[in-house]
Amino acid sequence: MVRVDGSGGSNSLIQVRGLDKTYRRGGGEIRVLQGLNLDVDKGDFVAFMGPSGSGKTTLLNLLGGLDVPTRGTITVAGDEITHMSGHKLTEWRARHVGFVFQMYNLIPVLTAFQNVELPLLLTKLSKAQRRKHVETVLHVVGLADRMNHYPRQLSGGQEQRVAIGRAIVADPTFLLCDEPTGDLDRQSADEIMGLIEQLVKEYGKTVLMVTHDPVVARRAGRTLHLEKGLLAESAEPQGVAAGGRHEI
Amino acid sequence: MPGIAAKLLLGVALTLAATFVLLILAGLVAGLLAPFLGSVPISYNFRSIKARWTSTIVAVLGIAGTVGVFVAMLSLANGFQATLVASGSPGNALILRAGSPTEMMGGVTLDAVRVVQDAPGVARDSSGPLVTQEVVGVMPFPLISTGTDANVQVRGVSPNVLRIRTFAKITDGRMFRPGLSEIVAGRNASRTYAGLTLGNTIQFGGGHWQVVGIFDAGGSAFDSEVWCDAKILNEILKRPDNIFQSVTVHLASPESFQQFKDAVTSDPRMNVDVTREIDYYAKQSTVMTRLITVLGGLVAAIMAVGAVFGALNTMYSAIAERGREIATMRAVGYSSWNVVLSFLFEALSISFVGGILGCLAVLPLNGLTTNTMNFQTFANVAFAFKITFDLLLLGVVFGLVMGVLGGMLPAIRAATRPVAVALREL
Repeated sequence: MVRVDGSGGSNSLIQVRGLDKTYRRGGGEIRVLQGLNLDVDKGDFVAFMGPSGSGKTTLLNLLGGLDVPTRGTITVAGDEITHMSGHKLTEWRARHVGFVFQMYNLIPVLTAFQNVELPLLLTKLSKAQRRKHVETVLHVVGLADRMNHYPRQLSGGQEQRVAIGRAIVADPTFLLCDEPTGDLDRQSADEIMGLIEQLVKEYGKTVLMVTHDPVVARRAGRTLHLEKGLLAESAEPQGVAAGGRHEI
Repeated sequence: MPGIAAKLLLGVALTLAATFVLLILAGLVAGLLAPFLGSVPISYNFRSIKARWTSTIVAVLGIAGTVGVFVAMLSLANGFQATLVASGSPGNALILRAGSPTEMMGGVTLDAVRVVQDAPGVARDSSGPLVTQEVVGVMPFPLISTGTDANVQVRGVSPNVLRIRTFAKITDGRMFRPGLSEIVAGRNASRTYAGLTLGNTIQFGGGHWQVVGIFDAGGSAFDSEVWCDAKILNEILKRPDNIFQSVTVHLASPESFQQFKDAVTSDPRMNVDVTREIDYYAKQSTVMTRLITVLGGLVAAIMAVGAVFGALNTMYSAIAERGREIATMRAVGYSSWNVVLSFLFEALSISFVGGILGCLAVLPLNGLTTNTMNFQTFANVAFAFKITFDLLLLGVVFGLVMGVLGGMLPAIRAATRPVAVALREL
């Protein structure tokens, strides 16, 4: 259940309270987020929409521990991340967050297999265990036959599948997707959204996604609009809901 | 007060220098250990280097050139030192007038030579005590290569000199005969100066001399000399016939040195200094060795600045090109430390290859002979570049230090850039 009024209980997977983010630019201050509240439960699929500069990516960065708020708190699975040191936050990110970027952000000199393996190199898994995990994930994203291909040898949709594989391979607490279909044609975008829906429905993943595309947003369980630094719920009917789940 | 200020300043400078050295060492160790400590796969670094091969080659060549010059200069100093040190034998003692720093300023009387010959610890054979009283002069000889004159040390020796300097052997012809204007030329002298060929007659010091032999002194400074009878040379140089410039004694054993020295220096008739021959030549080599090392070091340091900037440029451009990759790696959980180590390892890999290439490039110089003037004798000395394993190791370490200097700042910049900012600016 997604709430934006701060009424969620302590059972929420992600709990945001009074979140403020202010940037200093040219002597002035820009207040991007203004006392924002948010509660997201495990298995929710939330889309954030809003005009450019409304703070969608800022919110995603804050939720992912890539940036620190000016005020307010973010609690994920009981960990309050807003006061963590940089080192702790890095460790926390590795354990809890899977990132999917608009431009895929794959390492061009590494193969699909090696790109997906990257987060696992931070764990204590053996080489054989890592191999098993990566092969499973590449099978889930439909690229089992492309594991030795370099990003330049893949299509945009395939690259994004590898990026999703990299995001889920370490079984993070939640996924943050920043315009995951922004650089793809409609058909590839549909396929990627199908994959994300599958992750939510079948594997119970929690996904928070930023998008400009209303068609894409409708595939989420809930769409929230960011306006004037605050979140508002959309009245439109939504798509996905968590169904039968598997473990990856 | 100015004294205290100077001491304080020196203290601060020393502390800063020590910190700098420690940082370099820490960087070196960290970079070398990176593959074992950090989690960023090594294949990422090697493939990234390969992907930017043009800028990598520029950096590698810059470092290789610098390391090459560094090793070449040090091998030059090494060769000069080795040549002079090889001139002395631990089993020989050298007697000079007290206070005289070199043979050129020495003066030992014939009476003193007699005392030396009778001193304990001196080796003897059937012909008597193994002692050579010597006279040295510097004469101009034309260089084969340019035709211009260069100073050659002409040494008047006793006829038994080969039994005292046992490492010297006549390789062609024969030894000079006492009382005749005959000379034997060192191997290098014969190759370097015109006229010093077997059977040839040359003119110097107002007399005609026949070259009757070529000797090999085992790569020592004597190889650059011309030897003749000391008495004849004294006559030619118009010096008193009972004064010599040095006396060299072959000791019964190297351990006899102290006994011999005590006996000679405690004799009230003697006013001489006694040193081991090997120590004398080692000391002679210090000025030139230091000069070559300082000058070579200066040239290498200037080149190193250029090479470090080359490495800096390579690494900064690598980071600029890979801003997205670095930000992504940090987003997925790689720490700043992982990133610093990864880039440091990359810089060290580049500089390691540069260092090895630089060393390989100068290896053919090993054994190549060149000449320089010995500032102690004002005579030309032929010596060879001497590249040792230690020098090669030093060259590679020098290259790695340049790698650390060139890679550290870009690595820190890559690691400390806020991830959110780096992702947003892409």
